[in-house]
Amino acid sequence: MDKDAGSLNKKVEDFLQVFRKGEEFTQELLRENEKLRYRLAQHEEVSKFSGREGDFRLHSMEERLKFLEDENKNLLDRYRQVEEENKDFASRYIEVEAENNNLANLYVASYQLHSTLDFNESLKIILEIVMNLIGAEEFSIMMLDESTNELSIVAQEGMGPEAHENIKIGEGAIGDVVKNGEAFYREGDPTNLSGVDYSHPLVCIPLKIKEHVIGAIVIYKLLIQKTQFSNMDFELFSMLAGHAATALFSSKLYSQSERKLSTIQSFLDLLKEK
Amino acid sequence: MPEYNFLVVEDSPTMRQLITFALKRIPGSKVIEANDGIDALKKLSTQKFDIILTDINMPIMDGLKLVSMVRNDPVHKAIPIVIITTEGADEDRKRGLALGANAYIAKPIQTADLLSVVNQIISGRSA
Repeated sequence: MDKDAGSLNKKVEDFLQVFRKGEEFTQELLRENEKLRYRLAQHEEVSKFSGREGDFRLHSMEERLKFLEDENKNLLDRYRQVEEENKDFASRYIEVEAENNNLANLYVASYQLHSTLDFNESLKIILEIVMNLIGAEEFSIMMLDESTNELSIVAQEGMGPEAHENIKIGEGAIGDVVKNGEAFYREGDPTNLSGVDYSHPLVCIPLKIKEHVIGAIVIYKLLIQKTQFSNMDFELFSMLAGHAATALFSSKLYSQSERKLSTIQSFLDLLKEK
Repeated sequence: MPEYNFLVVEDSPTMRQLITFALKRIPGSKVIEANDGIDALKKLSTQKFDIILTDINMPIMDGLKLVSMVRNDPVHKAIPIVIITTEGADEDRKRGLALGANAYIAKPIQTADLLSVVNQIISGRSA
């Protein structure tokens, strides 16, 4: 009986030992489990954080890209704008240059016209302007004789002798220009010349002092290289209409007064001698 | 700044003034005017010129004679010559260039064309 009890105790002891070992093992497993949970939590935290950082980086990269794209677009817009402005400035520069050249031509022409009080010199200057600045080959300057109401050529360039005829005021295109005081421009291509017609000029400009017509500049033919009239030519025609008239009128008056002065002086000298 | 001496040979005071006006737009330019070929030769004997700009139809000595004389003169033969004239026909142009002119401009002149020709000659010489 004692033997059986001792055997039973031993079995209980063995069982308890196994149970304690099992308990220890379970405890160890629980600790291990705890540690693993902690590490898992740590990993989760790290991966969560690195995901946020990635998102942040991606987001900032996208923002940067958008900013650069916007900047690029702005720069392209500005570049196009500057290019347009540049083109505008270039065309304005060309316009200003052309205007400057036109003004220089007008200045030189009017300066020369008023540089003399000699009638023949004034005529020569008008011929030079019409030939060199406008590019006429055959043309004349006609003056009106108010006593006969007839126009006669006082200077000409390149014209044949058949053109040297007087024209009555109101007669033909030239007479009409002098009568009405309005410039005449023949219609059509100015270079289309099937023989020069002296009764039908290419251009006829009245020489006017205010509304008073004293003569006309008549162009029949242009130089071979002159293919069309430019805006500058019309400016010159307009300038010549007034300035050439004034220059011719004043130089004629001056010549007459010089002659009269000379005659009076001769009379005075004669009187002194007596 | 480089200096350029131009000799403008032209009997018309209007054209002389106009050409001078245009040439003075080139920085460092100095323009001397002559009425005809003889007057131009006199000025050539006393001064140095970088370019001669001459008309053709002039009294006493015309532009073609002047071009020919300059080209046969050992001292002045290298001076570039620009003819500016109302003679715009092809044969006139060929004759002028054959005599030794560097450029031929038909009147009425455009300032931009004249300056372009002159600047081309200047840049060709300084290159």
